[in-house]
Amino acid sequence: MHMHKLEKIWLIVGVSCLVLFLTTIGVSAFYLGNKPPSCLTTVDPDKVDQQKPFDKPGLHKVEGKDWDYELVYVAQAFSYNPAQVKVPLGAKVKVIATTKDVIHGFEVAGTNINMMLEPGYVSEYTTTFNKAGEYLVVCNEYCGSGHHLMFSKIEVVKQ
Amino acid sequence: MAKAELKTEQKTEIEDSSSLKGTLASVFFLGLFIVITWVSVYMLFVERF
Amino acid sequence: MINSVSAKVKVDPKDAKVSMAHFYVAFIALALGGLMGLLQVLVRSGKFELPLGIGYYEILTTHGVLMGLILTTFFIMGFQYAAVSKTAGTHSNAARRAGWIGFWLMTIGTLMAAAMILTNKASVLYTFYAPLQAHWIFYLGLTLVVVGSWVDGAAQIMTYAKWRKNNPGKPSPLLTFMAVINTVMWIVATLGVASTVLFQLLPWSLGLVDRVDVLVSRTLFWYFGHPLVYFWLLPAYMAWYVVIPKVIGGKIFSDSLARLTFILFLLFSVPVGFHHQLMEPGIDPAWKFIQVILTFMVVIPSLMTAFSLFATFERYGRSKGAKGLFGWFKVLPWNDARFTVPFIGMVAFIPAGAGGIVNASNQMDQVVHNTIWVTGHFHLTVATAVLLTFLGVSYWLVPHLTGRKLTKSMNKLAIIQGWVWFIGMTFMSVAMHLEGLLGGPRRSSFSTYGNSQQALDWIPYQIAQAVGGSILFIGIILFLIIFINLAFFAPKGEEEFPVGEAENLEEKAPLVFENWKLWLGITAVLILFAYTVPFIDIIQNAPIGSKGFKTW
Repeated sequence: MHMHKLEKIWLIVGVSCLVLFLTTIGVSAFYLGNKPPSCLTTVDPDKVDQQKPFDKPGLHKVEGKDWDYELVYVAQAFSYNPAQVKVPLGAKVKVIATTKDVIHGFEVAGTNINMMLEPGYVSEYTTTFNKAGEYLVVCNEYCGSGHHLMFSKIEVVKQ
Repeated sequence: MAKAELKTEQKTEIEDSSSLKGTLASVFFLGLFIVITWVSVYMLFVERF
Repeated sequence: MINSVSAKVKVDPKDAKVSMAHFYVAFIALALGGLMGLLQVLVRSGKFELPLGIGYYEILTTHGVLMGLILTTFFIMGFQYAAVSKTAGTHSNAARRAGWIGFWLMTIGTLMAAAMILTNKASVLYTFYAPLQAHWIFYLGLTLVVVGSWVDGAAQIMTYAKWRKNNPGKPSPLLTFMAVINTVMWIVATLGVASTVLFQLLPWSLGLVDRVDVLVSRTLFWYFGHPLVYFWLLPAYMAWYVVIPKVIGGKIFSDSLARLTFILFLLFSVPVGFHHQLMEPGIDPAWKFIQVILTFMVVIPSLMTAFSLFATFERYGRSKGAKGLFGWFKVLPWNDARFTVPFIGMVAFIPAGAGGIVNASNQMDQVVHNTIWVTGHFHLTVATAVLLTFLGVSYWLVPHLTGRKLTKSMNKLAIIQGWVWFIGMTFMSVAMHLEGLLGGPRRSSFSTYGNSQQALDWIPYQIAQAVGGSILFIGIILFLIIFINLAFFAPKGEEEFPVGEAENLEEKAPLVFENWKLWLGITAVLILFAYTVPFIDIIQNAPIGSKGFKTW
């Protein structure tokens, strides 16, 4: 099998680019800690309300952890609890969420917070809210007839 | 026979390197487009929280 | 000559009937699915509401199932059936019977699924994620579509096997080889979706079991879901590699490299499903990343394809005396719809591929996951690159099969159709990509989300999508006019089935390419490597399963 010289050049360049991409995201994920949300904790989807931390949805200050706050959400068709929350600017927050019924999305528009909520699983993402403003939390996985009415709001405010 | 083969092989090689410059330029353009797209979204990822 | 098939050989009329039957269903799906698409973009512009209490998500489900599953599968099976008949010889009676049985199974399955969607018992979108629970007839219908496609594929494999038996020691005709690779990949891939439907969703929707393991079901779905997109793409590649060179009067750049590309697709299409599940809980991030690496491997055959196609064009152009770096570009046959329409598809695959690499880039998916960027992405891949190629194929294949001719006026209309599609898709897809980067979700009806400023900023893009979508609908109408003409009214005559020849006919394809034990073995090893450990993890750490919900 014969391969043209210029095609070899193209494949070397192309594959090098792919390797460069993979190295960049690999280092970012596993060395700098920017892994996609992949929490392995489970929960009983029928008894979400009785289990910690979902018995108290909302923003809670925590001590002695790598993050300052925990922001807990419970999703169900077609709402999030809490429906509105204020987060202090610059706070390092662990967002913790799950669903009581079908699969929902949890996307804070205009940010990197974007995760699937699946029944029986806890989804987590830790980040520093470093830009002030009002952010829309939107369900981005189809969940039923009221899917497009399912949202919540986060206000990142200076204190 | 062997000589004739050698000749045609040389000929294809010359043709090989000369006639596909446009192809190489085109695929490099395509590669550049991919790199620009990827880097732009990566910047967006880095810049957002 | 191995690859030279006389241009005069026609697909046998009995085989032509099988293919045409597939095309009728495919293009009825296109017509109805297109109408649904139009309604969606209009609703989402915020300027239009659906009459008679019809639900947006019912329409969305119809659009996805008809376009993503029915149009594609029926067209591909019809096209590959004809391609094998043309290049490996007329199908035997047994193979043709398989073709018909496959066709009817798929058609009955389609009608069953359609009945459930239209009666609003299955508004679960074409991905039917549990624990949304559709009526069992919907799942059974989709099962019949898949099983029918297996029987259909068996016809191609039988004729391929017959050719191999009659031509020992020779590489099979390129087009047949490619069709068989795609069929084999499809069978390997559909095992995943068949497992979740047969063992999980059907018993659960019938009430035989109470709960379903959601993550197992999704993992099996996406084991199938990504090779599904390659199942759409490979027939387009068949046309690009083999048909287009003949249409323009050039040569296939390299027969062996084309085969190698297809082998690579077989190997790397399947063990990559996690890149659709990057944002999900319950899957180890290391395994996600391993599948991301495998996903990047599958980019390589596309890089090779890009080079081969440009090379075919440049060689042809230079043989016509074109000068300069890009002079060959101008001498391509722009007035031939059989070339121009698929060519627009090829161009669309450049941004489509770039977007795809972004989607697969592990944590970068957080920027775009389930935003309408993704919708913009696959409207470039399947709805432009693949679809325009299928339409471009139809412009010669339909008259070839019906014994008619593509007239000059229809050729002109077909070129207009291609450019209309290009314009419409540019509006729609660019607007979708941009809105997605701003966070606009996919699969959602019009909403201002409590007058959120961010959501209000999305509306102009949604209006642009409505403009683009309306233009696309005109493109579908143009195609349907041409199709009906070519099927029933065009003047009788002979339309060529263009099958290209390789540039270097002395260079025989290595026979190792036809060593199925080897390639299927490596495919299995890769799949087992990518899935065994995470799949056991998922099952071992599973929470209690989910009851069914009907939230629509």
